[in-house]
Amino acid sequence: MRRFSAFAIAREAMRNHEGWGRTWAKRPPAKRYDVIIVGAGGHGLATAYYLGKNFGITNVGILEKGWLGGGNTGRNTTIIRSNYLQDPSAALYEKARSLYETLSQELNYNVMFSPRGVIMLAQTHHEVRGYKRTAQANALQGVATEWIGPERVKELCPIMNIEGPRYPVLGGLYQARGGTARHDAVAWGYARACTDMGMDIIQRCEVTGIDRDGGRVTGVQTTQGPIGCDKLGIVVAGHSGVLAKMAGFRLPLESVALQALVSEPIKPCMDVVVMANTVHGYMSQSDKGEMVIGGGTDGYNNYTQRGSFHHIEETLRALVETFPMISRLKMLRQWGGIVDVTGDRSPILSKTPVEGIYVNCGWGTGGFKAIPGSGYGMAELLAKGHSPLTAAFGMERFREGRFIDESVAAGVAH
Amino acid sequence: MLLLTCPNCGLAVEETELAPGGEAHLKRFGPDSTADQFEEYLFLRDNAKGVHFERWRHAYGCGKWFLAARNTATLEVYGTYSAQTTEPPQHIRDEIARRTDR
Repeated sequence: MRRFSAFAIAREAMRNHEGWGRTWAKRPPAKRYDVIIVGAGGHGLATAYYLGKNFGITNVGILEKGWLGGGNTGRNTTIIRSNYLQDPSAALYEKARSLYETLSQELNYNVMFSPRGVIMLAQTHHEVRGYKRTAQANALQGVATEWIGPERVKELCPIMNIEGPRYPVLGGLYQARGGTARHDAVAWGYARACTDMGMDIIQRCEVTGIDRDGGRVTGVQTTQGPIGCDKLGIVVAGHSGVLAKMAGFRLPLESVALQALVSEPIKPCMDVVVMANTVHGYMSQSDKGEMVIGGGTDGYNNYTQRGSFHHIEETLRALVETFPMISRLKMLRQWGGIVDVTGDRSPILSKTPVEGIYVNCGWGTGGFKAIPGSGYGMAELLAKGHSPLTAAFGMERFREGRFIDESVAAGVAH
Repeated sequence: MLLLTCPNCGLAVEETELAPGGEAHLKRFGPDSTADQFEEYLFLRDNAKGVHFERWRHAYGCGKWFLAARNTATLEVYGTYSAQTTEPPQHIRDEIARRTDR
């Protein structure tokens, strides 16, 4: 791998930029790997990266049905925050957020992490109480957040109308070191680092079956032939249930469509991320100038990566009161992704009933922010069989009634 | 926009008039059931990619529950039927067989 640096740019400028090489290698699958990761999205690639970096396991194959980072990694609204209520969530998401701070330097790849600040608006008295509680919890957890009043919200985001009348802004939970990052670059940066460690990233390779010998995994059947493995990490978001069925167990998940949209690009007018959970909408401005807007999920199971018009209408209708200027904006693009939602709105990072198979799923509507922390914990789980970061996120927590209940704390916009 | 016909009042309505209620035909086990059975009832789902049986409520209409057979991969609707059933009726199963056997 050719390192990126000012010197490298100068050198390549002298020879027509012909010496950069591929970001990740294209290789056919080997006969077997120590670890196979299914899913080359952010979480899968991060898992592979930390397996190599922290545990020296580099005989790793990463299989991807479509193209690298083409699932939810390429479809989210790129928000990064860690202001969660429960201790296990705060630890995991804060680990991820802190890794994002130095990820560009670590990967030698600019992921454009922009800690521009995230405000979660309180627009009902219930939310005011909830977010004040979260701010207190975060103080104890060592996550830097604060409760701010409506005037401070207006100061941070002048385009906002805080007067109402239907949903006046009563304050907000502000995380100054939250923000956004370039989602594709996160996947590409990890992929580049994985290739550099000698791992194979195999795209257009769909897993069609899982081989078992008794209660133990021995490999996978794919559209590019059988591949053997000692351990299998399933990191496939919306399709986790499909893979679990192949392996012979069920997961407490349902797959639903979540959609987002962007407006035409305009001049910079908003340098924070604003989430309005009461009306199920959130918005930030991308570096290109587009307003990136996310809404709520569909209520019914769905595997088609499409959105629906009435959700766009619902989201924009709700946001127009708080952001009057968007009523004049044309919307450019709209898309959907399939998210896997658990009963308590917290992810599953867990061993499974089949020995050697581990799952990382259930991130629901908010996985992007967690990518580095999720990979960090999942790698430890795969390598050592347990990890303090993931211990509370086992799939047995549903049977045991040991929920990490963020559905009340985080609402729908996640 | 998903269109479903409510079998209770006979109206073909848009999804904005309906409230989704998750997977249908879940079996609740009675007293002395195990933790595993309760987990299965409460949390574990088939989450099928393909034919899916599910509960809906005609929330902004007659207010009653009904069941629908729908394909989660193609968004086809195979039909709707009464919620007072423990398994999909024969005419729904015939319709699914006819349309998936191509």
